[in-house]
Amino acid sequence: MFVSYNWLREYVDLSGIDAYELAEKITKSGIEVEGVEKKSEGLKGVVVGHVVEREKHPEADKLNICQVDLGGEAPLQIICGAPNVDKGQKVAVATVGAVLPGNFKIKKAKLRGEESNGMICSLQELGFEAKLIAKEYATGIFVFPNETEVGTDALEALGMEDYILELGLTPNRADAMSMLGVAYEVAAILGREVKWPEINTVEAAEKASEIISVSVDAKEDAPLYTVKVIKDVKIAPSPLWMQTKLMASGIRPHNNIVDITNYVMLEYGQPLHAFDYDRFGSKEVVVRRAKEKEILVTLDDAERKLTPEHVVITNGEEPVGMAGVMGGANSEVNSDTTTVLLESAYFAGAAIRKASKDHGLRSEASSRYEKGIDPARTREAAERAASLMAQYAGGTVLKGTVVADSLTIEPAVLSITLDKINKIIGAELTADEVVSIFERLKFEVKSENGEFTVTVPTRRGDITIEEDLIEEVARLYGYDNIPTTLPVGAQAPGKLTAYQQKRRQVKRTLEGAGVYQAITYSLTSEEKVSEYALEKRDPIRLAMPMSEDRSYLRQSIVPQLLEVLKYNLARQNDSIAVYEIGSVFLSNRKEELPDEKEHLAGALTGLWLSHPWQGEKKPVDFYVAKGVIEAVFDTLGLTQNISYQQAKIHGMHPGRTAEVLLNNESIGFIGQVHPTVQKELDLKETFVFELSFEKLASVDVEPINYQAIPRYPSITRDIALVVDKEVAGGKLESIITDAGGKLLKEVQIFDLYEGERMEPGKKSLAFSLKYYDPERTLTEEDIAKAHEKVLKAVKEEAGAELRG
Amino acid sequence: MQERLQELQAEAIGKVEAAADLKELNDIRVAYLGKKGPITEVLRGMGKLSAEERPKIGALANDVREAIAVTLEAKQVQFENEAVAAKLASETIDVTLPGRQVNKGNHHPLTRIIEEIEDLFIGMGYEIAEGPEVEQDYYNFEALNLPKGHPARDMQDSFYITEETLLRTQTSPVQARTMEKHKGKGPVKIICPGKVYRRDNDDATHSHQFTQIEGLVIDENIRMSDLKGTLEVFAKKMFGQDREIRLRPSFFPFTEPSVEMDISCKICGGKGCSVCKGTGWIEILGAGMVHPRVLEMSGFDSKKYSGFAFGMGPERIAMLKYGVDDIRHFYTNDIRFIKQFHRHE
Repeated sequence: MFVSYNWLREYVDLSGIDAYELAEKITKSGIEVEGVEKKSEGLKGVVVGHVVEREKHPEADKLNICQVDLGGEAPLQIICGAPNVDKGQKVAVATVGAVLPGNFKIKKAKLRGEESNGMICSLQELGFEAKLIAKEYATGIFVFPNETEVGTDALEALGMEDYILELGLTPNRADAMSMLGVAYEVAAILGREVKWPEINTVEAAEKASEIISVSVDAKEDAPLYTVKVIKDVKIAPSPLWMQTKLMASGIRPHNNIVDITNYVMLEYGQPLHAFDYDRFGSKEVVVRRAKEKEILVTLDDAERKLTPEHVVITNGEEPVGMAGVMGGANSEVNSDTTTVLLESAYFAGAAIRKASKDHGLRSEASSRYEKGIDPARTREAAERAASLMAQYAGGTVLKGTVVADSLTIEPAVLSITLDKINKIIGAELTADEVVSIFERLKFEVKSENGEFTVTVPTRRGDITIEEDLIEEVARLYGYDNIPTTLPVGAQAPGKLTAYQQKRRQVKRTLEGAGVYQAITYSLTSEEKVSEYALEKRDPIRLAMPMSEDRSYLRQSIVPQLLEVLKYNLARQNDSIAVYEIGSVFLSNRKEELPDEKEHLAGALTGLWLSHPWQGEKKPVDFYVAKGVIEAVFDTLGLTQNISYQQAKIHGMHPGRTAEVLLNNESIGFIGQVHPTVQKELDLKETFVFELSFEKLASVDVEPINYQAIPRYPSITRDIALVVDKEVAGGKLESIITDAGGKLLKEVQIFDLYEGERMEPGKKSLAFSLKYYDPERTLTEEDIAKAHEKVLKAVKEEAGAELRG
Repeated sequence: MQERLQELQAEAIGKVEAAADLKELNDIRVAYLGKKGPITEVLRGMGKLSAEERPKIGALANDVREAIAVTLEAKQVQFENEAVAAKLASETIDVTLPGRQVNKGNHHPLTRIIEEIEDLFIGMGYEIAEGPEVEQDYYNFEALNLPKGHPARDMQDSFYITEETLLRTQTSPVQARTMEKHKGKGPVKIICPGKVYRRDNDDATHSHQFTQIEGLVIDENIRMSDLKGTLEVFAKKMFGQDREIRLRPSFFPFTEPSVEMDISCKICGGKGCSVCKGTGWIEILGAGMVHPRVLEMSGFDSKKYSGFAFGMGPERIAMLKYGVDDIRHFYTNDIRFIKQFHRHE
């Protein structure tokens, strides 16, 4: 909503308050002023001139040589290229030395040999938006009414010496969608009075009801419908002051009748519509729901297909307007109109919203109806418009108003106590202060023993409960004046849950290991939705996706991280290690919420270690990635609970992928992305993992219990075992661990040999076994015994021989 | 004999001084102090001496031995020191060459902001509540005083999956769920961070997925002044003690009265610039007193309990705090972007 400071002064006294101060006060009491603009800012030197002579430029078809009287001694010669410039016009002239928008300075010039002492301006050249300029001046210069005095300041005459406040209205403040509404707000802030327009209508003897009748079928949609008739109007431009006010408010001027309906709508917030009586097609107005497939051509010449959900104004036969949204072309006021049928009605918001949405049509009228107008102004606005039509279009107002009224809206009466107000605000207002605030709002208030009974005018339909009144009191009391306190009462210590703590710890572990956190989108494409999913269910598709790339809820994170790698590699970021902890979505039955599972995923590519000048370059490999997740398991105290087994997973390298098991239950995988997938995505060797974080975090681990630091020396024995290639090192390790007994404290694999010195199909794995007894120094015999058991076990269970 | 001994001393010390390395020193030691050395030889001739002279010469001989030994020792230490110094000199490296980089990673900037806010409120006795990202229409809208048909909940603005389920458009449904779990009994003090989704086209200032962090306090006697105090603590801590704070009335369906909080613009210090659109203020969060209908719908007696709620966008905060100019950076995960948020500030 754009509010002209100068215009607002007609409804409320603003003396002593400049536009910027006013904006600040309005913002602080509840309606955000998003900007204050002075239209003439930076402009100067534009005056009204009289074109006394015009002839064609001898050298240029499109140029005119004009002699323009600016009130000085002699007319000035100005060259003008506008197609509509003509002798006798009053025009806006930027004189030599003038400054136009964009800091455009006007200088003396010669155009094709002819001197030009300034420029005749179009409204666009003066900074008006093209869409606000009346059609007749859209492609040429603006022409002032003839009575405009030569030599006067054109910026002033065009209403540009004014400040425009742009209000950002929240949906509850529909009341401020009118000058009077804003005036009430400002009056409440400043403690001043509201001045209503004066209406002096002289009515003719002829009764409106003699030539028109009104009936409403759709009473719920149109509880109040009124019509006035104005005869003998002469269509002409509206007065300049009205046009400039409309433009300042963002509305394009048309002609006196249409402009008056818009002007009064801006004043009262009551949308009005003028029909051409002679083209209306009947003597009765019938308001009803549209019939199936009924068609209306609206003012914008678009054909609208209607349904019974839309409310229409009809002439008893066919629609002539879409109620509250836009009039029909068939009954539009045009230059031949002489009798106007003026509609002022109260339509229910929901019906208008529906029609406006269905037809993608948002008009000044519909946006007001949608949010709710004040039914108390419906009749008065019509009177005001009729009187202006008499005054500025020479019309005769027929006697009376034709009305169909089934309206039941009454002012709300609410009670509230002083105690409650202070308890919620946390302040100590007195009863007098509260009463004074309600009086400033022009709410009727009765105060008795700390209880207030407040009658809320219908213009403030947003106020329906006690708390709404508290807000009114608080905002006019001033949020600045509210004390600053902290909640008192039972205080519990705040803390993270164990799950949340684990999540934070895992993030830190991963980052400490050199992996960066990524956050990717939850929405993905149909192709990717189930790729790498730990569990596949029917994918969940959005009802109305914005694009196919973001149409499904992900069941896995790895595809998103591969995208991250691809994005980075394309930008020469070659070595990347990222992880994400986030939800994946697994469907349940329709209308049931899906299962949301938190996963931990990672992707690594490029160099893991690099120290170029020392010649060190260690690319990421399977064991780097595995080391990263091992660090996570260690952080969670789960090292002993985790095992791995070779696995085949779609999209993964068949020989370099492992399933990860937690207490023998699969919780995810780790491995190299399949080379063909790598190629498709332009990736180099890439290693990924995806694990169920929920399962990892769900295992309760023992509290940390101190273990005595060894006091006796430990003894280490190294053995190299020859086994079949298929025997997993991890299996050997666990056989050794199990067989070694309680003295065997540590088993470490330190060598793998598969070279040519081995028998085909065999490999050698070397283990370092550390024996230790916390109670005493071990003897050779102790170790020999344990070691023998180990060798026996690996031989029996894995066919391992000691390497000679 | 006396003379001979003194000669030997001078001779030996002269050789020690002239010695070039440890080997020569050793030769000198053997030559003069050894069992076959000249001093021993001199002493062997002591039998010829008188009983008076014998102890004198004996003592002198010992002094000569001692003097030679001390000189030898000193020279040896000198050689050893020189050898060490030479070795160390040969080991000199270029200390200006770069060190071996330690692998490190860091939080995504949004996590950094969210955890900072979480920790701040944990310190004030809040708990962190989380909830599903796919929500029931009821919790996302209805329980928050946005009944069906309310203009603020247009189908066009939300990612619906079915009529009744959608991607949550705010983290407020977590508040509704938490309140419901409390079964009408206070106090409730929670912070709800999480991802939310809206049907927006991605551009520099819009993202179809973004994060929110909301707070909720419900107890007997919770006042607007408590909200004001809490937000002040938050803003000063988050944006700096020198920033000014302004509350102004606003509108949200789930709060009444409602509040928007602005902080003074860091760029221009409140004078007005393009970042704050000339107002000197930057909007940072929305808040208000929990609407009585919201309390009632979640099982709280609005006559007994009151509460406040607030919500903000970590993206917006990160953009203001770090000067990030495009919201899409948060989701493309360019490693050069994420790495910038690695250090203490």
